[in-house]
Amino acid sequence: MKRYLKLAAYAALLLLLPFATGLALGKTWVRILDFALLYVMLALGLNIVVGFAGLLDLGYVAFFAVGAYCYALLASPHFGLHLPFWMILPIGAFSAGIFGMLLGAPTLRLRGDYLAIVTLGFGEIIRIFLNNLDTPYNITGGPQGIDLIDPVRLGPVSLNQPPGHAVYSYYFLFLLFALATAFVSTRLQHSRIGRAWAAIREDEIAAEAMGIDTRNLKLLAFAMGASFGGLSGGLFAGFEGFVSPESFTLTESIMILSMVVLGGMGHIRGVVFGALLLSILPEALRYVGPLEQSLFGKIVIDPSGLRMLLFGLSLILVMLLRPAGLWPSPARKRELLAHGETAKHENTNIYDAGR
Amino acid sequence: MTQDAKLLEVHDIGRTFGGLAALSGVSLTINRGEIYALIGPNGAGKTTLFNILTGIYKPDSGNFRLEGVEMAGKKPSELAKFGISRTFQNIRLFANMSAIENVMVGRHCRTSASVLGAILGNPRTRAEERSIAEKAKHLLDYVGLSRHAHMLARNLSYGDQRRLEIARALATEPKLLALDEPAAGMNPLETDSLKRLLETIRRDGVTLLLIEHDVKLVMGICDRLAVLNFGKKIAEGEPSRVCSDPLVIEAYLGTS
Repeated sequence: MKRYLKLAAYAALLLLLPFATGLALGKTWVRILDFALLYVMLALGLNIVVGFAGLLDLGYVAFFAVGAYCYALLASPHFGLHLPFWMILPIGAFSAGIFGMLLGAPTLRLRGDYLAIVTLGFGEIIRIFLNNLDTPYNITGGPQGIDLIDPVRLGPVSLNQPPGHAVYSYYFLFLLFALATAFVSTRLQHSRIGRAWAAIREDEIAAEAMGIDTRNLKLLAFAMGASFGGLSGGLFAGFEGFVSPESFTLTESIMILSMVVLGGMGHIRGVVFGALLLSILPEALRYVGPLEQSLFGKIVIDPSGLRMLLFGLSLILVMLLRPAGLWPSPARKRELLAHGETAKHENTNIYDAGR
Repeated sequence: MTQDAKLLEVHDIGRTFGGLAALSGVSLTINRGEIYALIGPNGAGKTTLFNILTGIYKPDSGNFRLEGVEMAGKKPSELAKFGISRTFQNIRLFANMSAIENVMVGRHCRTSASVLGAILGNPRTRAEERSIAEKAKHLLDYVGLSRHAHMLARNLSYGDQRRLEIARALATEPKLLALDEPAAGMNPLETDSLKRLLETIRRDGVTLLLIEHDVKLVMGICDRLAVLNFGKKIAEGEPSRVCSDPLVIEAYLGTS
């Protein structure tokens, strides 16, 4: 009974949140909430690759781009195609999954730093392709991108109608998808596949020796993670009505990775929390300028510089004070604590000795 | 009901590492239900042979068959599926997973739930998941670790980690369980209980292959053994006979 009450409270909170935010802070902030939900989906997708399977990926935003461009190409005047969103979203997710495998296949033997560099290169390649595929045939629109993308339509109703209320309707669409990705992530984590991923993360050679086909499972992790990215890319394109390569830079990849690490790698609630925090915090720091104005009567330090400085500082502080992330999984917390204690008692850990 | 007595046939295996012949022309046969040991001085090629039999290395020449099926060149995960499972000389548990999760991972190759099954949580997947947990619990009990089921593998004592590795390997339902120096670093008490565990495992129908330095343990437990020296097999047979073989004595003690 108590559980249902709690659940009902959460549901009410999530349903009322955009309206309360809209009333108190204005529509800009509802839009920020929408983007926060997109980031939740992206962070959960990257968490499958980085948190579950332990494969560092610095080019994750490429899959977001694939999903977004799929939507843009199939539902805009660019090619004159106007497919409905329920068809495009699966296509986008599937294409991103294929791209995920394309990235995964050549990097199967790589780990750690090496893998990070290849994935970084992959992310840049996708962006540069998008930037340059406007000649000789105009496929992606080049640096100008693609605009006039169809909004998401449910039957005859466009989510952009009535004008000015789009941020609210998209909030609920994104919320639905974010909850679904969280659900899928949770189910996967507690299945034999999730355990196999964890085993690969812990010790790939031992995992292979215990009958886990590490090649297939790593490819699966890349594909699953990428398809989450593709899905949110599609939603992004429908929401914005415009895509260009500028939205898919390395900075975005690093931002999403920061959300996963800062929240608590491998812990779904932690990752969601990290995504919400890191997408809202930089926006909140925009108030630094007005704050200075009211405190000192004038702008003392350039607020745009100070904003990123404070943001970076908070990241550093969190990682120093909470190396497992703000909200780590209970197991990961235990393990870090255990590690500290062994160091304290100067017990040599056999795992360190063995490798 | 007459099963072939030969479980594993190794034929003329050779392997070189950059011009150094780590193994050359090694042949041996392991019978169903026996405890077979592989001994030899350091650098004799025991671990190389072991790694070939478990798929980590591919042999340069020769082949080996499990129940008549060619195995050379298969990946470790495929060999595990066919029924060869192993432990590692320098323990390789999934350090940050609990003891029971380690064993549950071992069930992977005997279960089949797909991504879709996992997401939907259909009755078949749920039943399979229950059976994985039950089997893992049973195996922890079998090796005497049930009271530590929810401890992280890294926090277990050394002897318990060795036992957990055996339980994890047993979870793959091996026909041949290959143990790489299972008694390394154990005190006499732990070695003794390990010996009892190995005998229980054999009694329950699993054939054992072990590499071991502890000669007392080897002689006390194995049915047959092979001695390697400089990549060649120099003796094979029952412990008492091999012990008195002049070639073996020379390999271990040198010539007078």
